[in-house]
Amino acid sequence: MNVAAAPAAHPAIEVRDLRRVFRVRQGLFAPPREVVAVDGVSFRVPAGSVLGVVGESGCGKSTLARLILGLLPPTAGEVLVDGRRLAEMDRRARARLIQPVFQDPFASLNPRRRVRDIVAMPLVAQGDIPREEIGRRVAEMLDRVGLSREQGDRFPAQLSGGQRQRVAIARALVLRPRVVVCDEPTSALDVSVQAQILNLLAELRRDLGLTYLFISHNLAVVEHVATEVAVMYLGRIVERAEAEALFAAPRHPYTRALLASVLTPEPGLGVPDVGLGDVMPDPANIPPGCRFHPRCPLAFARCPVEAPIPIATATGIVECHLEDRAAAAQPAAA
Amino acid sequence: MSALLEVAGLQVRFGEVAAVRGASLTVNRGETHCLVGESGCGKSVTALAVMGLLARGAKREAERIVFAGQDLRGLSDRAMSRLRGDRMAMIFQEPMTSLNPSYTIGSQMTEVLRRHRPGTTRARAVDRAVELLGRVGITAPGMRLGQYPHQLSGGLRQRVMIAMALMCEPELLIADEPTTALDVTVQAQILRLLAELQRDLGLAILLITHDLGIVARVAHRVSVMYAGEVVESAPTAALFAAPCHPYTRGLLSCVPVPGKVRRDQPLGSIPGVVPRIPPGFAGCAFRDRCAHARAECASNVPRRAVGPGHEFLCTLAPDWACAEPVPA
Repeated sequence: MNVAAAPAAHPAIEVRDLRRVFRVRQGLFAPPREVVAVDGVSFRVPAGSVLGVVGESGCGKSTLARLILGLLPPTAGEVLVDGRRLAEMDRRARARLIQPVFQDPFASLNPRRRVRDIVAMPLVAQGDIPREEIGRRVAEMLDRVGLSREQGDRFPAQLSGGQRQRVAIARALVLRPRVVVCDEPTSALDVSVQAQILNLLAELRRDLGLTYLFISHNLAVVEHVATEVAVMYLGRIVERAEAEALFAAPRHPYTRALLASVLTPEPGLGVPDVGLGDVMPDPANIPPGCRFHPRCPLAFARCPVEAPIPIATATGIVECHLEDRAAAAQPAAA
Repeated sequence: MSALLEVAGLQVRFGEVAAVRGASLTVNRGETHCLVGESGCGKSVTALAVMGLLARGAKREAERIVFAGQDLRGLSDRAMSRLRGDRMAMIFQEPMTSLNPSYTIGSQMTEVLRRHRPGTTRARAVDRAVELLGRVGITAPGMRLGQYPHQLSGGLRQRVMIAMALMCEPELLIADEPTTALDVTVQAQILRLLAELQRDLGLAILLITHDLGIVARVAHRVSVMYAGEVVESAPTAALFAAPCHPYTRGLLSCVPVPGKVRRDQPLGSIPGVVPRIPPGFAGCAFRDRCAHARAECASNVPRRAVGPGHEFLCTLAPDWACAEPVPA
């Protein structure tokens, strides 16, 4: 496999102040509500790395994925893939750069088409690739993801969940994109199959020089695959850091709570008290000030009043007033 | 500790598929027994078979299904439905599908009590519902009674399910993947709640899960199921310290553990997929995926004892694993 060897000058993904608002109808006579799913998100993902995005359901991580894939237009802000503005590209050009792998291979594969045709679809849609080449590239890709020639002639319903996810991966990679957005790629799979798929994704990234945006609610999985991790809460990235730093020393109280709630297979430790209380986050009703303050065990007077701004850390950012306080207490610390 | 539920030699067949093939397990009073395995291994069917809730067309056979000294095999449907929701209760994975969307929380909760305890006044049943909603950590329980399931978050719905299951003070609670549909933070809260309720009420819990992390943190005893059989059964600490069955060891190596599995190294994985087992299948169902498979695996497989209460179903000698490193 030949890989683009030249180091890219641009980050593979760059997101600038991205915002997406949904208007939700509340019934015939009620005025529509505004749900802010993604609220001022900015980051860069260098080529060849994996940005893990974690957060609870409703935090906006899947909306973020759809914005980056160009499946949803942003309300404000912009997305650059490989240094080019996503909004200025046509669909075919976009498809050559960035591709998705979704959670549920049952729902994301057309049940009436054979595996071979499903994988060929992105090549056919390009419109200018000769048929023999399509056949060759599909065969090569099926082989690459560990599917046999004979499985290529089957329908999705005849495959297991893990095999279906391999089909979805083959379809995503057949155009040789630079970036793959994986939205909960293993959540619907059994642990033994999950391990197979994670190993395959890691191997493909190494061999094809891919960049992943890897969305998952499973922190143990993210810890294993990501080089950098962004923690989302109600539409904002509240902490971003290199994976090792984040898991070794989480700074935001929400990150700490998330990490505390991971149940590793170590008997005798019991179930941790995550200390978040009963208030559930509601994206249609974002609290004033720091949006995490109603659940934060460390909230103080400033939190409900003033929204924190991102503060630079050694390997990323954190959005919390406690960081300000810590900085004020030790002004000499660099 | 005394046994509350004893199942021996349970077999369930759906036509040409043997879903459960001779599973045995015992749940003691005040204890959490985890039944762990991948999808299709028969863990949910085992629970449904105990509750007498199998779909029509399923065939159940067993050497023993004894609940609190009473043999459940001979019970009529009516006697079984008197028991269900009263002395034994069950909660499911997706609370949205197991709550009726067109009735309020209050009416669904009081129905359980009024059905099993005829003569209970409405006011008394409402009091009990309010008390239990408070007990499972729901604030403003009086207001919740008037709400419909869709007005609650996933975590709240699961709390409502738990409260509803507790209405008649059951002795046995069967929880089938109770936290799989929930966020990790909420999962931890629900599991803590279950442990607390067990301590306070002396509940026996049969917890069905695919998550070895949950098993390690909440179970007293574990049974690992594969293709309709319990392939290994042990006290939790023993299972994690010295897993014996090659399948158990494979499963443990598949789980990424922060700080233990190196990031640039591949995870362990089990090749192949869970097979479909036709009736009359002989030998070890795992042999096609097992690195240690030998010729004798195709014939009858012995159940071997390793330590106190620790057994596994395999042709390998009980101490085979001592020569191998414990999977990370």
